[in-house]
Amino acid sequence: MWLYLTPSRRLLSLRRNLIQYRSITLENSGRKAAVDKVISPFRSICGKDNVSLGEAIREQHGKDESVHRCRPPDVVVFPRCVEEVSALAKVCHDHNLPIIPFGTGTGLEGGVGAVQGGVCFSLRNMDQILNLHPEDFDVTVEPGVTRKALNAYLRDTGLWFPVDPGADASLCGMAATSASGTNAVRYGTMRENVMNLEVVLSNGTVIHTAGKGRRPRKTSAGYNLTNLFVGSEGTLGIITKTTLRLYGVPEAMVSAVCSFPSVQAAVDSTVQILQTGVPIARIEFLDDVMIDACNKFSSLSYPVTPTLFLEFHGSERSLEEQVSTAEEITQSNEGSDFQWARDAETRNRLWKARHDAWYAAQALRPGCKAYSTDVCVPLSRLPQIIVETKKDLLESRLTGPIAGHVGDGNFHCLMVVDPNDPDELHQVHLFTERLARRALAMDGTCTGEHGVGLGKRALLCEEVGPLAIQVMKGLKDSLDPRNLMNPGKILQRGEL
Amino acid sequence: MSGRVLVGVKRVIDYAVKIRVKPDNTGVVTDGVKHSMNPFCEIAVEEAVKLKEKKLVKEVVAVSCGPQQSQETIRTALAMGADRGIHVEVSGKDYETLGPLQVSKIMAALAKKEDAQLIILGKQAIDDDCNQTGQMTAALLDWPQGTFASEVTLDGDKIKVVREIDGGLETIKINTPAVLTADLRLNTPRYATLPNIMKAKKKKIANVKAADLGVNLTSRLETVEDLVGKLKEAGKV
Repeated sequence: MWLYLTPSRRLLSLRRNLIQYRSITLENSGRKAAVDKVISPFRSICGKDNVSLGEAIREQHGKDESVHRCRPPDVVVFPRCVEEVSALAKVCHDHNLPIIPFGTGTGLEGGVGAVQGGVCFSLRNMDQILNLHPEDFDVTVEPGVTRKALNAYLRDTGLWFPVDPGADASLCGMAATSASGTNAVRYGTMRENVMNLEVVLSNGTVIHTAGKGRRPRKTSAGYNLTNLFVGSEGTLGIITKTTLRLYGVPEAMVSAVCSFPSVQAAVDSTVQILQTGVPIARIEFLDDVMIDACNKFSSLSYPVTPTLFLEFHGSERSLEEQVSTAEEITQSNEGSDFQWARDAETRNRLWKARHDAWYAAQALRPGCKAYSTDVCVPLSRLPQIIVETKKDLLESRLTGPIAGHVGDGNFHCLMVVDPNDPDELHQVHLFTERLARRALAMDGTCTGEHGVGLGKRALLCEEVGPLAIQVMKGLKDSLDPRNLMNPGKILQRGEL
Repeated sequence: MSGRVLVGVKRVIDYAVKIRVKPDNTGVVTDGVKHSMNPFCEIAVEEAVKLKEKKLVKEVVAVSCGPQQSQETIRTALAMGADRGIHVEVSGKDYETLGPLQVSKIMAALAKKEDAQLIILGKQAIDDDCNQTGQMTAALLDWPQGTFASEVTLDGDKIKVVREIDGGLETIKINTPAVLTADLRLNTPRYATLPNIMKAKKKKIANVKAADLGVNLTSRLETVEDLVGKLKEAGKV
């Protein structure tokens, strides 16, 4: 890129780089002094065992499950309650130190990287499940509670929380990234299922986005602050409690698998199943490359062709109807080998391919890392984008088996790449940009579930446009004027 | 053949709870702590309900010995598909010293009273890890036992049991009536669903006293000393 600049521009660019370098080093030494000053106040707030300067601990808290390199914070604190979070935030605010909230570190977009150093707030000690109201279908949880822990707790109430991203993530972290899962098509994502949040702002103020303790099923009271913070990826405040919408555990479940001669046939079936009003719970797509990987990894023998994995929830009688409707539709789209199962053991066997997809993809090229793309488009554009993407993969000679939540128009290319091959890494980077732009050109989004984090800030500008970015910047300025909350994520430096 | 199965369910501290020791070292904090059905008892209930669904048994009766709150545990069993419950109320000092010997005497007495064909218990409870109740119950009744069951098949008036043992798996064939204890891999217990929880509210739970069954709850064991490990100092990194 640099070579395309004219000489005068090159000089300007060089000067800008030098100034930035100087200001970074000044920042660094300024920050180091500030960090030294805050250790003692931190220790008196949350106890000296809950403040860590150790290198191993800092490194653990500077990376997540993405391909972004580790960017450790200067210090990690482990507050035990919202009062401690607020007091610690005030200290950071007074010393202009960045604040990075940390749940389970299972994000996929580098959201916890401390790009400007600062203080990581690891919230794992706040692990209480509070205020379960089974008759009202709601519960409030602290950030240390993961989705599997909540569902285990709820198991004898007949309720569950259905949003299920791959990892056993912190529920407050899921709220921060507006996470989604395989059954979003029926139960929605975090956006639809967070009713209230307790948030600590950058200056230590504690707010309740829908009012303290409130949990009506619907409201039209004031600005929707709850959904402002959902998906804000720690850039507007630290989420210390979330009130979640619960659902009844399905009476019965049926899983099914069906193979198709083409991507078009599989997606057409998806659209038609949704259009007939079948309240399908999960509808997952695996392309032929992915099925092949799964066959090899799990010793299965599915036909190597685009495949749909379906799951139906409901009463025994309604399931019969749902399954037979779905089967008819798949058959009319030249679907074959329709298998279905009712009992847990056979269902798990049928779905094993889908569950092991991530590992199966990596097993295609041992020693390589996997990176997942995450675009989402309107359903009608899905066949086109998948076909064009597969063509792109072939032409670029990249390994990218596809798995997707087709019911939402969302799919992931699991890019398997050699981390020691800069050329391949570069090719993957260009491919993901082309893919994101392809999705944007089809009225879609560059990130359906994983968030913007570090890697998609430029794409966000293209997606929402400069005017909306200005509004976002205005909100950020108003809630976090010193830009202390998780700097370097969502909005780019130049915009602040 | 009554076709009746008795399933023992124990109320214990939930497996996911971080156990805390009381400051005076007299045991574990139980007040305000989440309790639920012992996980091996869940597996036992699931197996009994599966047998009923296959029409191999006619009625599943859930039994629990403990304080008032044990009724919640019985309700969970009812929501999973048990037909009715029996609550043997044991509270106060008797509850503190309640152990496998007393429970097995109660189970044996109930088995005779209810004319049970089969008793299914969890292999052990996660609070005391005794792994004795099933074996003692079988001995008191002079019934065969299939313990650590990872697979159970009813075959006429016999039962084939695949048992998990140290060296691997052992298959035995025992006569009925019999006592089985459930091991981890026997099945995956179903979740209680809301409609079933609502139906369970209408199912009956009978209240019985240990004395009415002719069982003496006095413990033969006496706790001499409680040794609780001291918390170590955290290491420095």
